[in-house]
Amino acid sequence: MDAIILQVLNGLEKGGAYALIALGLTLIFGTLGVVNFAHGALFMLGAFCAVIMRSLLTYEVATGEVEATAWGTEVAVTTPYVTQLFGEFGNTLIDWAVPVSILLTIPVMLIVGLVMERGLIRHFYKRPHAEQILVTFGLAIVLAELIKAQFGANPIPVPEPAALGGMADFSGIFGSEPGTITYPMWRFVYFLFSAFIILIVFCFLKFTTFGMVVRAGMEDRETVGLLGINIGKRFTFMFAISAMIAGLAGAMYTPIISPDYNIGMEFLVLSFVVVVVGGMGSLGGAVSAGFLLGLLQSFSAMNEVKAIIPGIDQIIIYLVAIIVLLVRPRGLMGRKGVMET
Amino acid sequence: MSLIKKNLDRRGVLKGSAAAGLAAPMFFNGSAWADGHAYLNAPKGKSVTLGFNVPQTGAYADEGADELRAYKLAVKHLNGEGDGGMMNTFKPSNLKGNGVLGKKVEFVTGDTQTKSDAARSSAKKMIEADKAIMITGGSSSGVAIAVQSLCQEAGVIFMAGLTHSNDTTGKDRRANGFRHFFNGFMSGAALAPVLENNYGKDRKAYHLTADYTWGWTQEQSIADATESKGWETVEKVRTPLGAGDFSQYLTPVLNSGADVLVLNHYGKDMVNSLTQAVKFGMRDKQVNGKDFTIVVPLYSRLMAQGAGENVKGIFGSTNWHWSLTDDGSKAFVKSFGQEYGFPPSQAAHTCYVQTLLYANAAETAGTFNPCGIVEALEDFEFDGMGNGPTLYRGADHQCFKDVLVVKGNENPTSKFDILEVVEVTPAAQVTYEPEHEMFAGGELGECNSGAA
Repeated sequence: MDAIILQVLNGLEKGGAYALIALGLTLIFGTLGVVNFAHGALFMLGAFCAVIMRSLLTYEVATGEVEATAWGTEVAVTTPYVTQLFGEFGNTLIDWAVPVSILLTIPVMLIVGLVMERGLIRHFYKRPHAEQILVTFGLAIVLAELIKAQFGANPIPVPEPAALGGMADFSGIFGSEPGTITYPMWRFVYFLFSAFIILIVFCFLKFTTFGMVVRAGMEDRETVGLLGINIGKRFTFMFAISAMIAGLAGAMYTPIISPDYNIGMEFLVLSFVVVVVGGMGSLGGAVSAGFLLGLLQSFSAMNEVKAIIPGIDQIIIYLVAIIVLLVRPRGLMGRKGVMET
Repeated sequence: MSLIKKNLDRRGVLKGSAAAGLAAPMFFNGSAWADGHAYLNAPKGKSVTLGFNVPQTGAYADEGADELRAYKLAVKHLNGEGDGGMMNTFKPSNLKGNGVLGKKVEFVTGDTQTKSDAARSSAKKMIEADKAIMITGGSSSGVAIAVQSLCQEAGVIFMAGLTHSNDTTGKDRRANGFRHFFNGFMSGAALAPVLENNYGKDRKAYHLTADYTWGWTQEQSIADATESKGWETVEKVRTPLGAGDFSQYLTPVLNSGADVLVLNHYGKDMVNSLTQAVKFGMRDKQVNGKDFTIVVPLYSRLMAQGAGENVKGIFGSTNWHWSLTDDGSKAFVKSFGQEYGFPPSQAAHTCYVQTLLYANAAETAGTFNPCGIVEALEDFEFDGMGNGPTLYRGADHQCFKDVLVVKGNENPTSKFDILEVVEVTPAAQVTYEPEHEMFAGGELGECNSGAA
């Protein structure tokens, strides 16, 4: 039972990341009709916003002392400038670098989204999906290589704040012995964060005029345009919002997986499967399928499950995608007619 | 030009020239291959070209970059530039610092991308288009085995870079291929006594293993070695290469009854699985009345940097470490550090050593003919290269030398001071028979000089 609860927690945390990326993907598809293969790269850029924020805060300056190296030269002893400037508060800033990086991630990703949409994506609105995939995939490779050229190929560790590190004990909630159901605190924080972002996006689309117009545009762009509303501008903004969501998902994920230039690609394929399973263009479908597939992926890795079907953990997501595409091509919550003709 | 496969009859030649006293490679000067035998890419001008095939893109690009730095340094030293590095400590040596066999050493590079097909393509290009006489490098066993096989078919020497799978000099060994780096069996043989001393005999181990040749052979090696010390292997779980998030594989460990987690992961997988295991509180747990512990059998300092604080106190093994104080290591660290401003990695070390060993073999044999090189390297004993007295065993082309058991440094004094050497395991303790069950099934075959 304890093992099942732990895998549920794993699935929720994993599902949170899938849902956030898939939400952006499906928003872009729903508004602009573009299949954006660079969306994983946006997740990666967000992760590197956290890396940059930490690098900025831990940038070291010389103390004036020198020390000898093993190869016979001398190097200057250094210390982070924020510590020199602010003392203990400087250390706290460094410790909270990941949450603080949200302040950097939001504007950077909005700008990246706007530039991407205006500079490249809009030229491909009316082109076939295959061409959209090629150009956005190419862009993803360029962005990944740029990051690698700057930061190298190795993963870069980005720790969570000490106060949110360690383990959260859920044993009491489930009536188990203390210490039997423990889960990394930051992973649980990530799940709560993703749920919060999803809620904000849904409220934004549901309860604001802007959101209502966007939803109307998703249903029938032409009619909304005939009412004198510049739907194109709103869709451009939604592209930027989607980029920001992916970026935030990436920034907050850095303490879970040390980011490298390729981290976006690892999530991209899974997130596309999530969108397809949930239903192209369906926001609810993306979120539900994200959590569903996260949970399935976690349960399939249990040794008891693998003893029955060896290797199931590595194929489960694709197996579900195949079944959904065969039985219900429009996805679990997709609009009738989409992907069915 | 095609790479024509045509094996020369080396044994026949050896028999015929037995009177020339070729059976004692240690004192061997000039070989039957030195004159009159055609071979692929025989250098005609004043220079000879070596092919450095390293990952320049992909997950191991940083390790590849360090290998390339070492190769460039080795070329510099061979051509008589710089301070000479380990050429000053390597013995017995026929290197003169004027190139190799009087020819200036030049090089071309290829990008393996840590993919077998890409690595074979770049090696093939260097052999066919650039006329490379020898191929060396790599940071993955899958790649090493693939390129070694290609070099055998083509008729050039392959001096493996970082490859730790037993198979490279086991079931996939080739006459034209040589490995200086240690292997999974050696890691197990060196680590098991240290683990027993530190954690006792009554332990239950849970293995998470990268699902490819290196992971499989290391898992078997570590499990066998620890079981021989009384440990029980509770579970062996294969994880997909590059899994990223290992949480779903780590949570079952917590309820398995195991009190040791063995991570048969390398590179990014190691960084991620180790970091995540620590964050799952495994180092703070008590299981079966004992402190839960984690073991990383193959360490890389470059990669360990990515795991940050999480490596502290965790045991593993390594082929070489820059903090060693023997003359060879000091000379290499000084040379490399002054050139690049930081210490070399174990990958850089093995690549540098392999280049010097190849060059010395050519000088000894008096030819670049691969069969002459093979003859000079087989059963060659040397010292002064940072690992103590070393034997390049003729039966499988594997180097036998001391193995370092290390652990994550609890009190690092610099960002490079990540690992601490806790024991130097003597070569005798990690030596095995060429046909040991973990290495059986392979045949070196005949050397191939690529002569048409």
